[in-house]
Amino acid sequence: MDVEGKRVRIKAKGRIFEGVAMPSSTNSFVLKLDNGYNVGFTEYELLEVFEEGKHGEEIAALEKKESLPDIKIISTGGTIASKVDYRTGAVTSQFSAEEIVGDVPELAEICNIDAMLLYNILSENMKAKQWIELAGEVYKAIKSGYEGVIITHGTDTMAYTASALAFMLSTPAPVILVGAQRSSDRPSSDAAMNLVCAANAAIADLGEVVVVMHANTSDDTCHIHRGVKVRKCHTSRRDAFQSVNYPPLGLVSYPSGEIKWMAERIKRGERELKLADRLEEKVTLVKFFPGLKPDIMDYYYDRGYRGFVIEGTGLGHVSTDWVDSIARISEDSVVVMTSQCIWGRVCDRVYDTGRYLLEAGVIEGEDMLPEVALIKLMWLLGNYDVEEARSLVNKNLVGEINPTTRYWEVEK
Amino acid sequence: MQDYSSLGLRVGIEIHQQLDTRHKLFCYCPTIQRDAEESNFEFFRYLRSKRSEMGEVDRAAKEEVARSKKFIYKAYDTTCLVEADEEPPREVNREALQITILIAKMLNMEVVDEVHMMRKIVIDGSNTTGFQRTALVAFDGHIDCNGKRIGIATLCLEEEACRKIEDRGDEVVYSLDRLGIPLAEIGTMPDITSPKEAKDVAAKLGMILRSTGRVKRGLGTIRQDVNISIRDGARVEIKGVQTLDILDKIVEYEVLRQLSLLKIKDELKKRGASVVNKVFDVTDVFANTKSKVIKRAECVKAIMLKGFAGLVGKEIQPGRRLGTEFADIAKTFGLGGIFHTDELPAYGVSKEEVEALRARVGAGNRDAVIVAAGKATRVENTLIRIVERAEYCLAGVPEETRKANEDGTTSYLRPLPGAARMYPETDVPAVKITPEMLKVEIPELIEERARRYTKTYSLSHDLAYVMADSAFYHLFEEFAEKIPATTVARVLHTAPAELRRDGINTDVLEEEQFRMVLELIEEGRIAKEGADEALKILCENPRATKDEIVDRIGSASDLDSFIAKLVEEKKDFIAEKGANAFKPLMGLVMKEFRGKVDGKVVAEKLNRAIKSMLQA
Repeated sequence: MDVEGKRVRIKAKGRIFEGVAMPSSTNSFVLKLDNGYNVGFTEYELLEVFEEGKHGEEIAALEKKESLPDIKIISTGGTIASKVDYRTGAVTSQFSAEEIVGDVPELAEICNIDAMLLYNILSENMKAKQWIELAGEVYKAIKSGYEGVIITHGTDTMAYTASALAFMLSTPAPVILVGAQRSSDRPSSDAAMNLVCAANAAIADLGEVVVVMHANTSDDTCHIHRGVKVRKCHTSRRDAFQSVNYPPLGLVSYPSGEIKWMAERIKRGERELKLADRLEEKVTLVKFFPGLKPDIMDYYYDRGYRGFVIEGTGLGHVSTDWVDSIARISEDSVVVMTSQCIWGRVCDRVYDTGRYLLEAGVIEGEDMLPEVALIKLMWLLGNYDVEEARSLVNKNLVGEINPTTRYWEVEK
Repeated sequence: MQDYSSLGLRVGIEIHQQLDTRHKLFCYCPTIQRDAEESNFEFFRYLRSKRSEMGEVDRAAKEEVARSKKFIYKAYDTTCLVEADEEPPREVNREALQITILIAKMLNMEVVDEVHMMRKIVIDGSNTTGFQRTALVAFDGHIDCNGKRIGIATLCLEEEACRKIEDRGDEVVYSLDRLGIPLAEIGTMPDITSPKEAKDVAAKLGMILRSTGRVKRGLGTIRQDVNISIRDGARVEIKGVQTLDILDKIVEYEVLRQLSLLKIKDELKKRGASVVNKVFDVTDVFANTKSKVIKRAECVKAIMLKGFAGLVGKEIQPGRRLGTEFADIAKTFGLGGIFHTDELPAYGVSKEEVEALRARVGAGNRDAVIVAAGKATRVENTLIRIVERAEYCLAGVPEETRKANEDGTTSYLRPLPGAARMYPETDVPAVKITPEMLKVEIPELIEERARRYTKTYSLSHDLAYVMADSAFYHLFEEFAEKIPATTVARVLHTAPAELRRDGINTDVLEEEQFRMVLELIEEGRIAKEGADEALKILCENPRATKDEIVDRIGSASDLDSFIAKLVEEKKDFIAEKGANAFKPLMGLVMKEFRGKVDGKVVAEKLNRAIKSMLQA
């Protein structure tokens, strides 16, 4: 008999207990006692099951304020708003605009919100298909007049999605990706503050795809990172997202919402709204390590892959053992070199190995992040032939390549 | 003397005891206290409460959010990302769980089959996460106290909260060193029926906990919460009683407070009193005020309590009036306090201002007016809450959580939290309790040990108890077999206590130092009278070696016996020469002790010895 979620009376350890039967991941019977605690019993006798009415909840409909800009929030999974049922201990995600604003009431002071639940998937399960559909939804939203679009996203692959959108979508309005490093059911979650800062960025003078997340561990500022220059650099900290090889575009103060711009950016209305949403999925990213044989490249090539991003050592190297394979593959493929140093620019003209690789057909990925080069190549091969892709991959398209590498201080 | 049984007094105690584990409950940081000055990093956060499925925010949680305070945290080189809520917790510390099971057995409790960690919402900032991790480990036990059986309802294993360093009103500073230290929480049934019994039960539980030898000692490592109710009164939870000495007083004063509030209720009913549900802006009334507090304020607001005159100033606990309860509320909202007409004119507020104030809110002589000053929204929220509290005066005693003051009185802290504010800590896997984990060896209780010491070593009951309760009781047992028990007790207890009284820091004395002194006495290298001096040397330099100690005091005790022997030998010589015997004898002593002992000291001692010999 399935009693999960129901109020029951059981006998265990020679005593009578009442409480709510909870889901259990082991074979124990887990009971939520009236004092709030869950406890597990291995031996028990179910005495009685009580039928209880469901608790209803009413949420007032949102009123639109004419003076405020309209923003669309598209949810792809993870939680930005949540509700905890302390009766059963269940945490449920919230997606309607009313529910989001109920959780983060400050949003209603910044903009009018429309919300849509596009996906409810873990970000590691995202694929090109979802990026394409998402780009389409953002395109539609901007076309229908929203001043900005906020996409809530799991943080693990947020940077990949940001890159995919940046290449597929030429946008005149801000497209903001936002997430949380602490789940939104907890009082200390960074979700609400990140969302408030994202909303402020979404109505700002900005016309590109960005990531807005905590700038440091305190709840005082968020960084606005260029989507093609950002990387998740920590497994758990709130300030896990860092701009690499380019400063963050801006700093949003919390709770004031003031924005301080810190680097050259694409402004609102500078570009026309356009969508080029084809992606070639047979593109791969290979991380080199000492001793790795070039077979891995042949393997992919033999399966029809024509886009290769190598995460090489230092300035952009792999073993000289690879030269012949690369020469063969690059005949009709694009082979781009990036660096596992993450920071800095690739240069294959300093050492002999690099020069051999260039001769074999490797293209230097400049100061592009390996993941960004991967997505860029997917997009190029989806929209251009190999020859054109080869000529575009080391040209700056949306801010992913900078002509110069500078020193800068990051204000947090 | 109150007849507590006729009042229907029921008391339950909750004891929070820090466990002495190698590392914290959910990370590998040490469980040590730090000086806030040593902090090497600081950050701040805000907390938000979550709506529950029932569409309501927990009552206690909501009030905290309305204050929207900023919480500043001090981190150290002994804290990590887990305390900072920047990394998921590690699995439950097994050492802490094992100690909790031991305690459960000592309290005759039943242990659950599977321990589930919960998140208990606490959003006063004392937990960086906004919740305290806590698990119910055992239930349904008992202890016997003065021949009466007291039920033990629950035993939980939880994480200790941050240490509060400073409350700046709208900002609170916390220290992360304490956060995450394992804590055993014992809750008794409300079986206690008198103030003295409350104290005795708490003492007994404390004794049982220390008997494990696995709990922390010292101020702040154990705290008592007390739940008190009387008939027609309400359940009130008093938090953070740090010392047992005032526990009976806390109960006594709370009964007094509830009785006073009930009397006030009756009087208000008789008067037909009521509370006007409105907050008046009275800033202009005080435009030219001499009150510094009001002058500084951005805004002054007031509420009117009809028929309350004289009662707001009425004492309900020693030194605390009904008005103090209102002021407590103001403080929790970050204001300094309130003014009320039962105490005005005073504090720079003039008679004219009071009259104008009364006129403005329409208050007569039988009414009371409460005034608060500060930032507009904060003052408004505070007064709305005080209106609610004043209305409750007509109903009786509100259920609430209060904070223990040092004198045994209590201050309002927050409403009593609802029971339903817990949900599972999904980051921490449940722990199955295996039969092996339940096989624990019950240690000898301190009170039993004390009885044994009285018998075996013929110590006084008090001294035997002190030794049995000492963290170094095993040293006592070891050395009491070789040297007189009273000497061992002197080294371990009496001498350090005297040194402390003289302002010497004896915290540095650990087992190693005590053992050294006891061995020196056992080996006959220092006299037992030299123990105090030896401990003093070790307090100044805990690294001092045995030889160094003997060098510094050993010679001195040798000197005493040398002089005694010499004076005895030269008895006749002294009798013959009288005081003139000093010079030649001094020469003999100095021949032996030159360079070891100060000549002045030798002269003094020799002189005294000769004098007493002559007198005899």
